[in-house]
Amino acid sequence: MAKPNFGPVTLPDYQQERIGSQIAEDEVIKTARPHALTDANFNYCPGCTHGIVNRLVAECIDELGIEGKTVGIAPVGCSVMMYDFMNCDMIEAAHGRAPAVATGVKRVHPENVVFAYQGDGDLASIGTAETVHAATRGEKITVIFINNAIYGMTGGQMAPTSLPNQVTQTSPYGRDVSKVGYPVRVAEMVSTLDGVAYVERVTCDSRQHILQAKRAIKKAFQNQIDGIGYSLVEVVSTCPTNWGMTPLDAFQWLRENMLPYYPLGVYKDVVADGFANAAEAALERAKDCPIAQQGKEA
Amino acid sequence: MARIIVDDVHCKGCGLCVAACPKGVLALDNERITPKGYHPAKQVKDGCIGCSSCYITCPDVAITVVK
Amino acid sequence: MAQNTQAKAPERVLMKGNEVLAEAAMRAGCRFFFGYPITPQTELAAYMAKKLPLIGGTFLQAESEIAAINMVYGAAAAGARVMTSSSSPGVSLKGEGVSYMAGADCPGVIVNVERGGPGLGGIQPSQSDYFQATRALGHGDFYMPVLAPSTVQEMADLIYLAFDLADEYRTPTMILADGMIGQMMEPVLLPPERDIESLPAKPWATTGHGDARKHNVINSLYLSPEKLEQTNFERFERYAEIKEKHQRQELMECDDAEIVVVAFGAASRVARTAVRDARAAGIKVGLLRPITLWPFPTKAIDQVIEGGATKFLSVELNMGQMVDDVRLAVNGRASVDFFGRTGGVLPTPEEVLEAIKALAAGDSIKQSAAPGTVGSLLPHPRHRKSSYERGE
Repeated sequence: MAKPNFGPVTLPDYQQERIGSQIAEDEVIKTARPHALTDANFNYCPGCTHGIVNRLVAECIDELGIEGKTVGIAPVGCSVMMYDFMNCDMIEAAHGRAPAVATGVKRVHPENVVFAYQGDGDLASIGTAETVHAATRGEKITVIFINNAIYGMTGGQMAPTSLPNQVTQTSPYGRDVSKVGYPVRVAEMVSTLDGVAYVERVTCDSRQHILQAKRAIKKAFQNQIDGIGYSLVEVVSTCPTNWGMTPLDAFQWLRENMLPYYPLGVYKDVVADGFANAAEAALERAKDCPIAQQGKEA
Repeated sequence: MARIIVDDVHCKGCGLCVAACPKGVLALDNERITPKGYHPAKQVKDGCIGCSSCYITCPDVAITVVK
Repeated sequence: MAQNTQAKAPERVLMKGNEVLAEAAMRAGCRFFFGYPITPQTELAAYMAKKLPLIGGTFLQAESEIAAINMVYGAAAAGARVMTSSSSPGVSLKGEGVSYMAGADCPGVIVNVERGGPGLGGIQPSQSDYFQATRALGHGDFYMPVLAPSTVQEMADLIYLAFDLADEYRTPTMILADGMIGQMMEPVLLPPERDIESLPAKPWATTGHGDARKHNVINSLYLSPEKLEQTNFERFERYAEIKEKHQRQELMECDDAEIVVVAFGAASRVARTAVRDARAAGIKVGLLRPITLWPFPTKAIDQVIEGGATKFLSVELNMGQMVDDVRLAVNGRASVDFFGRTGGVLPTPEEVLEAIKALAAGDSIKQSAAPGTVGSLLPHPRHRKSSYERGE
């Protein structure tokens, strides 16, 4: 049973002996592994921010008390084995197809909370069509998008979000925008679609930013629970291994290069704009189009 | 006084917690190797204020903070 | 889940093949359809779009066939009876998703109303996707049951069966029809309405564990080769059971047949007439019509060989695909020849009759229809004009 965010923090069962035995009777646990995580080791490299975001998702599931009705989709990429890490029901999907799979699940069980956890190659390259259309359909799903500007699992190839002049295995002389074009700015692009309720870009290079990322992810889940519409949180992340840096240097590179190209902030929030949901916002945007207004009174 | 407990099963010795600690009480334990082959993080001196910055930045959710 | 509907008694109506597939699927308990428009199967999707919402189901036109099959995968993972339909070029796009469904043991029904190929090909009836269907459509070591209707009635019967087979063996299952059966109208006795609540439970489905069980995982990734091998072994045990229990075929005039024509779907309708005409001409010929293309009806091949058949003629709407399975099943015990038309052209009964007569005369095999296709019969010369002669 997932623990609510109030009341005492408890250790998950598998840590009772390993960690619990080291805690004195008069000590209180302040923070511990969320219960939505299994005991499996993350397969991510040391210092990889995937692990931080996996934990944030698990914490949100715990705090919202929704583990029992959550179904997660992890498509191909470094996070493909997320089904091993999460205690909620999980589906592994083909590269780029998570939004379509999530659509299938959500249409069968609208009462479930369905999230897709996707990387940049997955979401912004091979799965662009699935992403754009799930968003524009206003699928009531939550998408967590990890943008680390590189293909991690296959060993550091150029991603749709690789920065201009960024050296990767498949852009060994730097990304030449005159030949391969410019990075896809996902938060900006998705925020233009009518079915979308909420898009925020966050990062996880510091305590402050990680806590903000968690607030965004939690809101993206809450929006789904409240039926407001499609929500996407883009997390600007690092890939120390394929960037060829220490985890700390990677954070520095992220701050110097990624954040100016991918500015943090809320790109769309229909609730903050005064609408009840994405549908209302879409209706208002098309207020001068008679056919789009048909059935409005109903 | 607060303190941290590191779960060797999960710690990969990336050092992010060491950098995140505002009190500088953490270090990688070069005397020990985890079953996975990493030098795990360790609290090396008193002064932990229980802020959980290490927990928050740990990519492997290896840290339990107690008070 | 979608609402249940009242059980309806079987009823006989005149309907189009594609629409019957849709109607019978709904009666089998299918409440979710994901597809993308393509000729010549579009009536199926249109029928679903009209009817599914009225019974609490979901019709969704996906952004592509790739998305459609992945929606099927998701809905199947969530425990629903679900289907998609397309035609040859669109079915190619579904290959990825079907492979994932097979690897994750997710049941679902895929309809292919075939048209001519390769490439964009044409929109006339064809059976040129036999290899693709029976060799399981996607990457990896797997098969799926493939059912081939030859009448509008069988469109209803076989898609009804397909949902049961898919659920029982946790496998994608294909209906391999063609543009002719899909587009034509025939009287059909519609099957009764399934009570969705009475369908077998799917405790493996990802529906949210509800704090009542361990978490379920739908997955086809196994990084340990031994584990992947074991998973494949277990799946092939199911395949062995399907091969044992579910070979289906129709035999006509085969008891004393020396020549057996093997044909399925639209080709079998032409072959049936030719076999009747050949019988009238005194030739001991029968028709073996595979209904399951995978598993191929090898037991029926054994049976007709034991009954005295010495010559097989595979008649297909392609350049010779099923003939390979006939040869494998015959395994040298009889001669195997091929006659086919391709590109959306249907053979005439007279052409098939000529091929049967040639086989009966024993002097038939002189040329090959396709370079390198040994032992094939050419189409009738009147169909072999050059494009110049045809005035193109």
